[in-house]
Amino acid sequence: MSGFLRRLRERERRAAAAVARRLPPWWNRALAGALIVIGIVLPFFFPPDSGFMNGTIIAVTYAVMSLGLNVVVGFAGLLDLGYVAFYALGAYSLGWFGSDFFFKLRVHVLVSPIANTLQGIHLNFILILIGAAAICAAAGMLIGLPTLRLRSDYIAIVTLAFGEIIATVAVNGQSVPVGGGMTLTAGNLGISAVDAPYFPGTGSFSLLNLRPWYWLILAILLLVLFVNLRLRDSRLGRAWVALREDEVAAVSMGIPLVKTKLLAYSVGAVFGGMAGAFFGTYYTEVNASQFAFGFSIFILAMVVIGGLGSIWGALVGGLALGYINNYLIPDVLNDLPSKFGLHFQLTQVEFGIFGFLLVIMMLLRPQGLIPERRRRLEMTAQIAAEDAQLAEAPTGEVTVILPPGEGAA
Amino acid sequence: METTTVSPPGLPAAPARQLAAVRRYAGQWGLIAALAALPVYYGIHDLVFGYQVTVAGHQQTYHDLANLGYDFAQGLSNGAIWALIAIGYTLVYGIIELINFAHGDVFMIGSFTAVGLWTVFGLTPGEGAAALTGFLLLTLIITMIVTGSLNVLIERVAYRPLRSAPKLAALITAVGFSFILQNVGLLWRGGSPQSVPDLIGVQQTVFTIGGVAIQRGYILVFAVMIPLVFALSWFINSTRAGRAMRATAQDPEAARLMGINVNATISLTFLLGGMLAGAAGLVYALYETNIWYFQGFKAGLFAFTAAVMGGIGNVRGAVLGGLIIGVIQALSDARLGPQWTEAVVFGYLIVIMVLRPRGLLGEETREAG
Repeated sequence: MSGFLRRLRERERRAAAAVARRLPPWWNRALAGALIVIGIVLPFFFPPDSGFMNGTIIAVTYAVMSLGLNVVVGFAGLLDLGYVAFYALGAYSLGWFGSDFFFKLRVHVLVSPIANTLQGIHLNFILILIGAAAICAAAGMLIGLPTLRLRSDYIAIVTLAFGEIIATVAVNGQSVPVGGGMTLTAGNLGISAVDAPYFPGTGSFSLLNLRPWYWLILAILLLVLFVNLRLRDSRLGRAWVALREDEVAAVSMGIPLVKTKLLAYSVGAVFGGMAGAFFGTYYTEVNASQFAFGFSIFILAMVVIGGLGSIWGALVGGLALGYINNYLIPDVLNDLPSKFGLHFQLTQVEFGIFGFLLVIMMLLRPQGLIPERRRRLEMTAQIAAEDAQLAEAPTGEVTVILPPGEGAA
Repeated sequence: METTTVSPPGLPAAPARQLAAVRRYAGQWGLIAALAALPVYYGIHDLVFGYQVTVAGHQQTYHDLANLGYDFAQGLSNGAIWALIAIGYTLVYGIIELINFAHGDVFMIGSFTAVGLWTVFGLTPGEGAAALTGFLLLTLIITMIVTGSLNVLIERVAYRPLRSAPKLAALITAVGFSFILQNVGLLWRGGSPQSVPDLIGVQQTVFTIGGVAIQRGYILVFAVMIPLVFALSWFINSTRAGRAMRATAQDPEAARLMGINVNATISLTFLLGGMLAGAAGLVYALYETNIWYFQGFKAGLFAFTAAVMGGIGNVRGAVLGGLIIGVIQALSDARLGPQWTEAVVFGYLIVIMVLRPRGLLGEETREAG
């Protein structure tokens, strides 16, 4: 089996190297520009309230989350199993500051004329996004602090515990008074009647016309993508990768451990919180039942399938699993088991499917669909070394680590 | 924070030295203080303010520790189940330094197998004592074989190919396998909790000590847990295979050079862990009289917390940690409400990680030396 896998990887490596040689240098920019244009005009090809638009909006939001988790798990190598906490905090930021949930208060900042007349706190969506980002950045630091001195697998458990604590508080928040007869959350009843985003001069956000929602989340995605790309090549991004690869060496080279790790948690949390706030308003409800552990694993599966540390991988992984989860499994393949005479629906076992995907990816293609450049280099170098070792002729292959300039992303 | 860790030991600044002293003190006693906090608080609360019990229709207020004693009895027997699962975590972590996320779900499969076997044997609550004991022992053995083999299989398929890969990779497949097993359970017995016939009458009182009624269930749990733990310690400490396990845990490479079959030893470790999880699954089904496909998630996390609390890699520590977690759980269930218990236990997990990541009895892993 391993011989087959090795041959497969070898063939892939050769193909990738050939593609990289053939493409001119402006190719990446042209491709990115074309994709952005396609992204912007996409809604004009589908009815404004179609199921496909709905699925696309959800998939793009997942991609934002996936990009956020990729910063923590992919760049910095800190396995975060409680990412759903930031989804919850982002969504609750929206529920708290964009609905009549705190009905004793009356605060209105730049909201639609209708929302202006309602009780509760109503802030403009942009302000809520900023608020969600701030809350999540603080929460990210908070979860980062106890994990600083821990080894990698303990980090996973602590983050998981943190996510579960947030989820438990969300479910039981109805019994946590915050004064004036108001409670912290609405538990499984959900905070409903949240505000739709409102920007003066643009069309209204209604569920009959999904296009504005799509452009809004697309704008968030592009922003997050841009920040991600700039971060990756920045001093901070390189510090993350250095810590991931060898903590002791990185620290002895003068990388501040505390600051760098905490920033990784914070940045990842901010993206998750923004996506969470968007989900809050898009689903028109903030319900504690949305924040289950399985969701953290779902987002993790996107990052792993795309390729740990790879921005384009996280993007593609997020979109792909978004479509699989919201379109392929419920709409297309749901009846598949019954066609084989089995009495269950595919939606029941979707987390089993994602678990299976995680296992398969890790076993067969641990670098993901679109591997990060550094990891690809490592993998190919490792394969070359393995080949040489197996052939017991350590010539040529070992030293061919790839010529400089090749595979530049 | 940084300066304290980076500055050379010879000349720390005065505030840094104080901070380090505080931290050392917190590392020594912080966790023990945090653990003592709940029982001490509720004990004083019961003594000072009393608690109310409805006896024969009218309420009476008592000022004693019997209520706390009841929580402890309940908690220790819950904890004995967590201890059995925690041993599996600790053995596996000790030998390959992997958190076997799927372990809680192996325990769940154990419960399901046991209940399935009872249906096959046609066991009902009215069974005679001798026949019941015989059949329960038989199901115990079969369940342990099933879960042990399942655990070995998981190791073979999901962890062995990744043994030289980064730690993250095996951890992710472990999480993946956990979800696969959960969905197997979901398809097996549906998505909602199912009640199991109460075969032994778990809530019947056997005797009373100091106002605390000892129920049959408590005795059952310890009657299964204590012999298994002793058998396991004997196996690890006194047999050739056990010595191979300890050697592999210390240094797999050196163990291999000494002629130990490392792969077989690791499989053996997974077998033992899985068997204990299966036994825990059977006891859980008997004791709680209901089973659910999702039970393994909570059980796994509680047991992992227990293993870390005792000191990972340390079997005695896992048992101690399991019992402590059980008591915390019972106290939280009874006083704060069961809906908060998970948050309380996970809060303790974070407290352990901050104050004393090596655990109460010290960890026994390669990194710890």
